[in-house]
Amino acid sequence: MSAASLTDPDDPGRRLLARLRPGRRDWMTAGLTLALIGVAGGVSALLLTLTGASPSASLTAIWTGSLANATGWTTTLLNTAPLLLVAVGACVCATAGTFNIGQEGQVLIGGLAGAWVGLRLAVPGPMLVVVVLGAAAVGGAAWAALSALMLRFRGVNVPVSTLLMTFLAIQLVTFAVSTPWVLQESVQGAGDIADAQSNALPANAQLAGFGHYPSLQLNTGLFLAVVAAVAVAMLLSRSRWGFKVRMVGLNPRTAKHAGVRVAALGGLTLALSGAFAGLAGGLLLASPVSTNRLQAGLSDNVGWDGLLVALVARNRPLAAVPVSFVFAVLRAGGDFLSATGVPSYLVDIVKALLVLAFVAPPVLVDLFHGRRGATLRAASAVSVVPTKTEVAA
Amino acid sequence: MSVLDSTTTILASGVRLTVPLAFAACGEYLAQRAGAMNISVEAMMLSAAFTSVATASATGSATVGLAVGVLTGLVVGFVHGNLSHRAQINTFVVGLVLNALVLGLTSYLITIEQFASHQVGVLSIPLLQDIPLIGKPLFSERWPAYLLILLVPLTWWLVERSRWGLELRAVGENPQAADVTGIKVNARRRQALLWCGALAGLGGAYLAVGEVGSFNQNMTAGRGYLVIAAVIFGAWRLGRTMLGCLVFGLSDAMRLALPALGVTLNAQLLVAAPYLLALLAMLLFTTQHREPGALGRPFERGST
Repeated sequence: MSAASLTDPDDPGRRLLARLRPGRRDWMTAGLTLALIGVAGGVSALLLTLTGASPSASLTAIWTGSLANATGWTTTLLNTAPLLLVAVGACVCATAGTFNIGQEGQVLIGGLAGAWVGLRLAVPGPMLVVVVLGAAAVGGAAWAALSALMLRFRGVNVPVSTLLMTFLAIQLVTFAVSTPWVLQESVQGAGDIADAQSNALPANAQLAGFGHYPSLQLNTGLFLAVVAAVAVAMLLSRSRWGFKVRMVGLNPRTAKHAGVRVAALGGLTLALSGAFAGLAGGLLLASPVSTNRLQAGLSDNVGWDGLLVALVARNRPLAAVPVSFVFAVLRAGGDFLSATGVPSYLVDIVKALLVLAFVAPPVLVDLFHGRRGATLRAASAVSVVPTKTEVAA
Repeated sequence: MSVLDSTTTILASGVRLTVPLAFAACGEYLAQRAGAMNISVEAMMLSAAFTSVATASATGSATVGLAVGVLTGLVVGFVHGNLSHRAQINTFVVGLVLNALVLGLTSYLITIEQFASHQVGVLSIPLLQDIPLIGKPLFSERWPAYLLILLVPLTWWLVERSRWGLELRAVGENPQAADVTGIKVNARRRQALLWCGALAGLGGAYLAVGEVGSFNQNMTAGRGYLVIAAVIFGAWRLGRTMLGCLVFGLSDAMRLALPALGVTLNAQLLVAAPYLLALLAMLLFTTQHREPGALGRPFERGST
């Protein structure tokens, strides 16, 4: 990239730099976001009054279930870790311009791989939990890598293949836990109609807690997730590798000319996001959220919600830390809310509206100003795949 | 039960499960030919299913419910089109958010009020319905099912023979070139999404006020994703897409019927089959250039 090219307004390198400078429009974006959050709140309050519940009582219920006491905090923090891990993975591949929407399946496959290893391998002591988490990450990475391979060798659209693979993953896990010779629970009670599940993992496959607080349980999973978020943020913003990833995301063609192996990097980031999602599955398996058993419901929408977290955080791993906490509060509070008679689906509506409130403003501001540049491209990631015309050329 | 009878039963339930898929697949096919990768079919179908049941309950007429279902699909298509092809938010993001929003909204609203059950009538065609094996499945259906006879050829004609369709295909294949010739790329895609919304809405409403007669939480249960799989399985050809819907409908019917007949076939495999087939179809067809060239790519003037 020569110095002269930086004076060219359309040069991707210049666009990359322009993105780093804060401008007047950031205030507009922030204002619009706040306004849309207000609208989301208004709509939720309206829906609440439709059921005859009072919004303030519902807010109190969410508060009680998530942050008011130690039990609430435990649930919230247990929910935060897997969400954050999934979101961090989503940030990595979205930065490279590859859009993975199969996290839900990757979480499940991670759980499957973790459960398989945890139940089959006799690893002594606390090593087992490390092995389980490792296997989960590898499992998730392998599942995502299948999509990367399909893209590389057959040009298959990544969002679509990862989406379809999710449905395969659900059936694969259901098959595993309902088939005796794979992972079905070996002793089942007579006439048991409970959901099919695997045997419980041994006690040493549980994540250790850290610190001793009255009735508050923290486990190392949260620590792991926050460290991952910080590490990935540093890697993306400071390292040479991170620069290449961002470059591929902003303009794969320029990156290619600059000597970056675009396809390899795109595939690697996709596998990496799968690894994070798989790790989240391992974390669910090794924490009290599940009963240390693999079930088809293990993922419980963590994959979808983690993806939404990344969208709200606008693909920044550090921003994903507070956002995943907020989503965890909503998850924990939502369960408590349904106990008061208000359906917890309200929380799903709030989540979807929140995502819209955060995704729309930057694009709308750009649209309003008639200049759509780097923000747009970053906000609408496309898979790094050669177009037909490029293949022909 | 004789073999003939049970085959007829499976065929009949297979056709019934195919019809909603076929309606929505017609729309999704047209949208994808325009390059609009629409993953909010699920939202279109589910919202239409809800409003059709709600309206049918309020007015007492299942037909009015059906019409309102179509309108609801249109509205979702309009929202999706404007967010992803005017505001240019990533179309997959828009689709996922809409799916999540509609699932939450309908699940929530259904807890507020109970709806009376209404169904559109069955139209049996005399003589034809007496044909053994295929008579009952094909010629004794709820009346909106016969709209397929009209809508499938119409969709084909729109895409393959009309001027609008020619431009539509150009927009899906090479939006830059289409733009140069003066076609409004994003407007065309929004129009395609309206057609998709109306048909997916019809499919969802048919499921609700046609087959089931009531609304259950998440009653489409991933059929919207199955529709996308069908279009891919059909390699972006309408005939094969319809065939794909029939295959998926029949495999669903088999999953439901086989245990009762004492045949053991792996249930998970039958559920996974459509997605597996779609993936295999993608592996086969993408390099044969069957996929619309700009499928899922946002179009922005001035970009290459």
